[in-house]
Amino acid sequence: MNSEKKYKLLQGNEACVEGALAAGMRFFAGYPITPSTEIAEISAQKLPQLGGKFIQMEDELASMAAIIGGSLAGLKSMTATSGPGFSLMQENFGYAAITEIPCVIVNVQRGGPSTGLPTSPAQGEIMQAKWGTHGDHPVVALTPNSVQETYEYAIEAFNIAEKYRTPVILLMDETVGHMREKLQFKDPSEIKVVNRKKPTCKPEEYIAYKPDEDMIPPMASFGEGYRYHVTGLTHDETGFPTNNNEISGKLVQRIVDKVEKNIDDITFYEEYKMEDAEIVIVAFGGVSRAAKSAVDNMRNNNIKVGMFRPITIWPFLEKQISAVSEKAKEIYVAEMNLGQYFIEVDRVAGKKCPVKKINKITGELITPKEISDAVMGGRE
Amino acid sequence: MNTNCSNLTEKYFRVNRLPHIWCPGCGHGTLMNTVVRAIDKLGLNKDEVVLVSGIGCSSRAPGYLDFNTLHTTHGRALAFATGIKLANPKLHVIVIMGDGDSSAIGGNHLIHAARRNIDITTIVFNNNIYGMTGGQYSPTTPYGDFATTAPFGNIDKPFDLCSLAQGAGATYVGRATAYHAPMMQKLIENGLKNKGFSFIEGLSLCPTYYGRKNKKGNAVKMHTFFKDNCVDVKVLEKNPEKAENKILLGEFYNNPKPEYTESYQVIIDKFQNK
Repeated sequence: MNSEKKYKLLQGNEACVEGALAAGMRFFAGYPITPSTEIAEISAQKLPQLGGKFIQMEDELASMAAIIGGSLAGLKSMTATSGPGFSLMQENFGYAAITEIPCVIVNVQRGGPSTGLPTSPAQGEIMQAKWGTHGDHPVVALTPNSVQETYEYAIEAFNIAEKYRTPVILLMDETVGHMREKLQFKDPSEIKVVNRKKPTCKPEEYIAYKPDEDMIPPMASFGEGYRYHVTGLTHDETGFPTNNNEISGKLVQRIVDKVEKNIDDITFYEEYKMEDAEIVIVAFGGVSRAAKSAVDNMRNNNIKVGMFRPITIWPFLEKQISAVSEKAKEIYVAEMNLGQYFIEVDRVAGKKCPVKKINKITGELITPKEISDAVMGGRE
Repeated sequence: MNTNCSNLTEKYFRVNRLPHIWCPGCGHGTLMNTVVRAIDKLGLNKDEVVLVSGIGCSSRAPGYLDFNTLHTTHGRALAFATGIKLANPKLHVIVIMGDGDSSAIGGNHLIHAARRNIDITTIVFNNNIYGMTGGQYSPTTPYGDFATTAPFGNIDKPFDLCSLAQGAGATYVGRATAYHAPMMQKLIENGLKNKGFSFIEGLSLCPTYYGRKNKKGNAVKMHTFFKDNCVDVKVLEKNPEKAENKILLGEFYNNPKPEYTESYQVIIDKFQNK
């Protein structure tokens, strides 16, 4: 690649599209909503140039449905939204989970609830990402904290979706979506692109929802000669509905297990100055940048503080948080909500050390000073 | 073309999924039959046919048929179908919905799919009631009729689904009934041939809920009602008086316009030719 083209000053939302395209996205359906709209606009611009498809649907219910249809017809598919739209997408998010259709949902979080603060950052959908749709189901949610990471984890989101046949959420926030930073493009040869596993058997031998050893059934696209049935009802290995209690239970268990039991493969996190840290700040997305500053400032005052930054928000990084709690004397969870990720950290780490909250819901980023004040205030 | 029923069953049905779940006397089986006959008449390749449905009695039809079949969420069939058709325009996409499915919870998707004139053939099995949930009034339950949620008579005014679809931009629109099966088949064939959004309403009958609640008699009586109370829309030309207080059937609208996926392909081609 030409070295002049290798770097660009881009917005997080732009980097999201660049990453998605690099991962092979060829279908986007969406509905305009602040602060994610640039993702739709840029997709509309770029996809037809690559032979891909863009469509602006009538609402987010339809957008989510359309990307599932696009994926089922063989194209890597994505949608992007923010809180109100994310709420509407929950219905068919569950459909994608139970039917195991790979797709990527970007949520650039803004202030809520309801219409809330459309142009301001928040992290209010941590729990919604996990539990927004009804029933038990697998969830993968990744949280980048920079333009570069948005590009890289958009690629990763597609790879995980394709590998595990599951919807994946790229859980951004307005800070990351709208910040502008240098993006270093990867050469296509350095990008690992995963494509869904296809059936190798003859069509008449294809059992659409019969999993391989890895718990994942090979997926044929509609139109490839493997005529099969897809339903949101609990179904047996043939894909047809069943009321059989045992089979229904096994299906839901398998789709959860295929993600949860492969957690090491989808675990991404950063540790910053954690070697000797007695105080640990857990932060992610936009807030983690303030937390890093706070750590540096407090280190200048000889406070032994570090940061643990989960990039994989779901599944919860229980093993890593547990390890952090073994060494830490105190943990602070800083997030732009009233303490959602805190619930999980406290569940796992709370038995070993005090876990405290640093929260802000004013539509402003938590500042480094607010974090260090909270930590220092707790140490008087 | 062989239209022997047992041959059609063997060729197009997932025989191991039968018997179907519909009640005795339900009109849906007949309407499903007309869909299969139309596909057979046109000789479509089964591998290239996609049947999409939402939720409700009608939406179980695709599960019995040997095509690429997608049983989606309530009301959203057209949105899923739009994704499939745009992603792979070579596929023949057919959507089967019920009256509540298509015009209550899915009403917004219906008008927008029609507006885009995307090449999807939409068939509504209209039985004037929510059957799967036990007989609640739908957007096509006639004014004054009874339902479990309209115990004192329905005060909602019903939709005319064909007018709705035509007003929204469908380029082929027609209506038949489960009694007028050959006409239904012909309309579906024409809908499939239309390169654009086609909307075919099939009046069905629900003796179990709508019929019983409104004292319409058994399935035979309900079929007889269709026989005696429907006239072909063509009578409007020469004998409009014959249409008085009757249900109009037949082809209402056939006016091709630029199709959505073709228009999108024009945009793609601009870049390919550069």
